[in-house]
Amino acid sequence: MAGKLQVSSSPHIRSKVTTSKIMMAVVVALLPAAVYGVWLNGGHAAAVLILSVLSAVLTELIYEKIVGRPVTISDGSAVVTGLLLGMNMPPQIPFWIPIIGSVFAILVVKQFFGGLGQNFMNPALGARCFLMLSFAGHMTNFDVSGYAAKHIVDTVSGATPLAAVKAGETADLASMFFGNIKGTIGETSALMILIGGIFLIAAGIISWRIPVIYLATFSVFALIFGGHGFDLYYLACELCGGGIMLGAFFMATDYVTRPITVKGQYIYGVLLGVMTGIFRIFGGSAEGTSYAIIFSNLLVPLIERSTIPAGFGIVKEKKKGGEAA
Amino acid sequence: MGFLTFKGGVHPNDGKSLSKDQAIQNAVAGDKLYFSVSQHIGAPAKPIVEKGDRVLRGQMIAEAGGFVSAPVFSSVSGTVTGIEKMRMPAGNLMDCIVVENDRKNEEIEYEEADWHSLSKEEILDRIKKAGVVGMGGAGFPTHVKLSPKDPDAIDFIQVNGAECEPYLTSDYRMMMEHPDRVAEGLRIMLSLFPHAKGQICIENNKMDCVEKMQKETAGDANIEVHVMKTKYPQGAERMLIYANTGRSINSSMLPADAGCIVDNIATVAAVYDAVALGKPLMERIVTVTGDAANHPGNYLAPTGMLFSELIEQAGGLKEGYEKLISGGPMMGFSVFTTQIPLTKTSGGILAMMKDEVAAAEPSACINCGRCVSACPEHLIPTRLSVYADHNDKQRFMEHDGMECCECGSCTFVCPAKRQLAQSIKSMRKICLADRKKKK
Repeated sequence: MAGKLQVSSSPHIRSKVTTSKIMMAVVVALLPAAVYGVWLNGGHAAAVLILSVLSAVLTELIYEKIVGRPVTISDGSAVVTGLLLGMNMPPQIPFWIPIIGSVFAILVVKQFFGGLGQNFMNPALGARCFLMLSFAGHMTNFDVSGYAAKHIVDTVSGATPLAAVKAGETADLASMFFGNIKGTIGETSALMILIGGIFLIAAGIISWRIPVIYLATFSVFALIFGGHGFDLYYLACELCGGGIMLGAFFMATDYVTRPITVKGQYIYGVLLGVMTGIFRIFGGSAEGTSYAIIFSNLLVPLIERSTIPAGFGIVKEKKKGGEAA
Repeated sequence: MGFLTFKGGVHPNDGKSLSKDQAIQNAVAGDKLYFSVSQHIGAPAKPIVEKGDRVLRGQMIAEAGGFVSAPVFSSVSGTVTGIEKMRMPAGNLMDCIVVENDRKNEEIEYEEADWHSLSKEEILDRIKKAGVVGMGGAGFPTHVKLSPKDPDAIDFIQVNGAECEPYLTSDYRMMMEHPDRVAEGLRIMLSLFPHAKGQICIENNKMDCVEKMQKETAGDANIEVHVMKTKYPQGAERMLIYANTGRSINSSMLPADAGCIVDNIATVAAVYDAVALGKPLMERIVTVTGDAANHPGNYLAPTGMLFSELIEQAGGLKEGYEKLISGGPMMGFSVFTTQIPLTKTSGGILAMMKDEVAAAEPSACINCGRCVSACPEHLIPTRLSVYADHNDKQRFMEHDGMECCECGSCTFVCPAKRQLAQSIKSMRKICLADRKKKK
């Protein structure tokens, strides 16, 4: 008879999937778009990505040390936040802006609300919106010069091709799809984002539900209210432009800030599509994805509450009419 | 190809290859056997022997303590030396009748019968008197299950051959080596219900069993062999009924409410033994397996035998094993001693070199929803576990926490390695106790 035996509540086996493996998979899925952004924009963009990741991880480490919480940087979630934020930066941004953004994302949006799993808003997007409001000039400066000018098709007069489409100009769809256009480091290439997104779906990390419903709803909305009639070229430009692809696959699907119920995810997708449509078509700026996602984040608790599924074999009795809850 | 299944569930490594090809061997009882008076759900059995009494193999030593109860039989011949408290797999102590084995193996005479000529009452009585209980783990007395309020309303008898618990292969071996007993047991059960059809339900990782059972029941118009998708917990009663009939029942309903009766493979074979051979339930097939077992295998073991004796006869365990489980890895109990007697419901002993639970430190929930997709009861385990940890009974109940079937799929898939099922199970116990108090 051996020494002491371990005793625990069943089950006694665990799947091999861990939080850090999931986060690593997300990082891998972001790499095609990130690497493409660096290829397109050069060394400055690479430095922006590295700085935003490093400052996100360091902020988490220092905060957790100061308040005496267990250090959780090895779960990889801060890496994902930092990388996503960096990919949302214009390529020529001064270095101090992504650093401020990462600190804001980790400290204010994530840790002040209790750390991983407790934040009600996507940290990277919360920080992006904070930076947009605070440093609008830097955050919307997509001027192309030097190295980047070699690759980027700069045929439009607006800040980005999406802004040009909004202003009624036509944009080059092929370059919008492949990504050699003006925009933030990680959002320009619809192709690279799709590759990463499909990888995440195939690997079972995210479900198809939110991205597909989101993009479909937005498409319907844009075709009806976009003012271009049933113009698929226009629609394709809307889908490939701005941050909607990156948002749909990587930010709207953020576990913590999307509904956990299946029905809720359908509602959430529709809500995102409608909100993005409103912001883009009726709003002042060409871009609306970030705001649509963080506003929808705020509605997640409500969506979840109203979509709790009934247990297997349970027939929920309908409340009698006239009976106020 | 579409196999029968349910929504949710998980795919753990099934580990069955360790022992599935090992034919059933006889385990030999040791010097002392310990017969628990509570090897079933319901009232404990009442001992009817006294210290010094000589008993034979197959002799009743404790009688049923009520309608929902079952008698207990000695699996050896020898002398009763008294009643001792012994550990059960769940860790509790239970009164056990101790019989000193004289190794003569003298048996009582079994009363064989041609069951075709028996009345329904006689058949049920023979099942009851043989102490047959659900051998899949729950131990619900079989004669009670086979006596629903309205026998005419029973449409199906499902024989649960899913054996969805990883590692266990006792039902597999039963189907491979004794398909005739299983088929005959089902025929006997079907004879009790005028409208019932038999369904032998097997997961598609046991196609050889499917073939065996098909061959065995080829001439039976009212028996079908159903192939189900291999997925845990395919063998959970409510999941099994849904997969095979499309009918859903919740936790407060009985299978009979959906016109079904579900019994596991070993139980159905025991029904045959009881009705046709007159043999009481006093031995069962036990799988001894795991990466720490020297020679994983399947044993026909007498009840009352100690885990330690069976493990030794199975070739012992490797040095330095960390965990010993009574039953399978998903719902079995981890035990801290091997001085535990086998009962009618002991399907397996699993020895593991490494305790995966201790190695997996829980961290924060990332809301990934894997537990939601895995839950066969369509619950939100991560929320329920929070309500449980906060002792929020009201919200726990509102969110159907009582529906949990304790299968453990949520804990298995959780990437943050949280003990979701443990929290939910504890809360269910508290709520069930509250309900009882109110009544």
